[in-house]
Amino acid sequence: MVNEVCFRTLHCDRPWRLETYQSEGGYEALKMILAEKTPQEDIIEMVKQSGLRGRGGAGFPTGLKWGFINRTAPGEKYVVVNSDEGEPGTFKDRDILRYNPHALIEGILICGYAIGAATGYNYIRGEFWEPYERFEEAVTEAREAGLLGDNILDSGFGFQIHTHLGSGAYICGEETALLESLEGKKGQPRFKPPFPAMFGLYGRPTVINNTETLASVPDIVRRGADWFREIGVPNSGGPKLFSVSGNVVRPGNYEVPMGIPFAELLEMAGGMREGKRCKAVIPGGSSVPVLPGEIMMDVTMDYESIEKVGSMLGSGAVIVMDDSNCMVKVLERIAYFYYEESCGQCTPCREGTGWMYRVIHRIENGTGRQEDLDLLDDVAKKIMGRTICALGDAAAMPVASFIQHFRDEFQYHIDHKKCMV
Amino acid sequence: MSLRSEPMVRAQKFEDKESLFTREVREQIDTWVAKYPAEWKQSACMPALTIVQDMNGGYLTRDLMDQVADYLDMPPIAVYEVASFYSMYEHKPMGRHKICLCTNVSCMICGSDNILEHIRNRLGIGFGEVTPDGRFGLKEVECLGACGGAPMMQIGHTYYENLTPELVDQILDGLE
Repeated sequence: MVNEVCFRTLHCDRPWRLETYQSEGGYEALKMILAEKTPQEDIIEMVKQSGLRGRGGAGFPTGLKWGFINRTAPGEKYVVVNSDEGEPGTFKDRDILRYNPHALIEGILICGYAIGAATGYNYIRGEFWEPYERFEEAVTEAREAGLLGDNILDSGFGFQIHTHLGSGAYICGEETALLESLEGKKGQPRFKPPFPAMFGLYGRPTVINNTETLASVPDIVRRGADWFREIGVPNSGGPKLFSVSGNVVRPGNYEVPMGIPFAELLEMAGGMREGKRCKAVIPGGSSVPVLPGEIMMDVTMDYESIEKVGSMLGSGAVIVMDDSNCMVKVLERIAYFYYEESCGQCTPCREGTGWMYRVIHRIENGTGRQEDLDLLDDVAKKIMGRTICALGDAAAMPVASFIQHFRDEFQYHIDHKKCMV
Repeated sequence: MSLRSEPMVRAQKFEDKESLFTREVREQIDTWVAKYPAEWKQSACMPALTIVQDMNGGYLTRDLMDQVADYLDMPPIAVYEVASFYSMYEHKPMGRHKICLCTNVSCMICGSDNILEHIRNRLGIGFGEVTPDGRFGLKEVECLGACGGAPMMQIGHTYYENLTPELVDQILDGLE
């Protein structure tokens, strides 16, 4: 089963058009809800039963998140879409926006209906110009077809969707930083609680979900929670988009059932380039711990299986490396990224990311010291769990895991002042 | 962040908005302002900065940031904060074509170092620099979410993927 949900229109000519989406059952879920006046709690229950978990990386159960909203509270409530895709290795939301924007629009509408909201904002990263234009075209199409706007299909339910463009900041993928950014400020994460369900955009109750998460919702409603859940494995419902990059023959997005063996996914991506050995894999975006290739070969792609071997499914960004890659150099680049992107709010992250980068940089450049590996471990441990948002943890976890699994390579750099690869 | 659900206030509003920018730019900013609640004009700060940066040939000045503050009734400091936080705003000229080359993990694994070397040799500039004729600027960027086409770069609104030195030459030759 491939490309069943978010990529359902992908085999069609001009998959992003409204007529294409409708030919594949698009907007039927919305029409059904509006015609039958489905109770809001039934929809939330359905999403809970589907096993859908946040696809942006955190994996929080989506139905539960929607259920936190006090639907009877007076005043505005908001649906906010996190299309600020920036986790290194991840490129799935870009393709949903480009190739199936209507699935996202329908998902936003269903969410809005379920939580009693009338306005949605899609926060797209500023570099995504083509996806932005594609999404805007789709919004116009939906509006002209009466599927979006005031009094949709004469149901009395009205909803507006606006697109917001970011301007380059990885941290805005963190949900409360994104809300700050949408309010026209620096993207610095908020302290929680209160969570966005209570105090979100403009201080109002807000559901904020990843693009892929919301684009999965229409099929859950149309084809049923059981159908969706049973595609996956226990605790990892549904299919998932995996962005496979690195030293593989056919890098790209693959929408496959959760729980698919990694070896099978690798095969879909054409296997390793030049038949080389799979040395290491980062299974869920650069923020999650790296795993040696041989461990990955026995892993299935779902939350629990990957957690068991010490990493995380994250955003589903699978970065595959063959044995021509120096692990010290890879970690140096990752460490630089977090140093560059730390928002500067919490001291352990602001100072620690720079410290880790400088130490790894000197190891890579042949001036590492014997005590550096312990020092790196120590700094990483002192960042973990001591920051407002998860960027600190995201910076620390790769460091600890690279040293754990590839200590020899780091030691060789320190001892011989050069690379062993 | 402290919990605040109200916009940052400005002691005195700037009344003569028609004296700011051009009518075309004001209209563009207004389409963004219309997306947010009336009291939240500051939500349009980021798009407004992008619009005036584009109008100004790709970079911001103190005067332009002040005008954005005047136009959106924001304290100037709040605009400077935004303009200095996000990486897509420039504070000095970056050439007619800003080449944004990704060097993050997936691109690095797939050879972004070679692409960088090639661009350096061809244009004689490194990251953060502009060619003497002002035609090209080069900037290192973090992951742009196109790792399936690594190595990649962005120029203007366009993504260029699966780069090779030959392809880079073709692309750069095609830009005035």
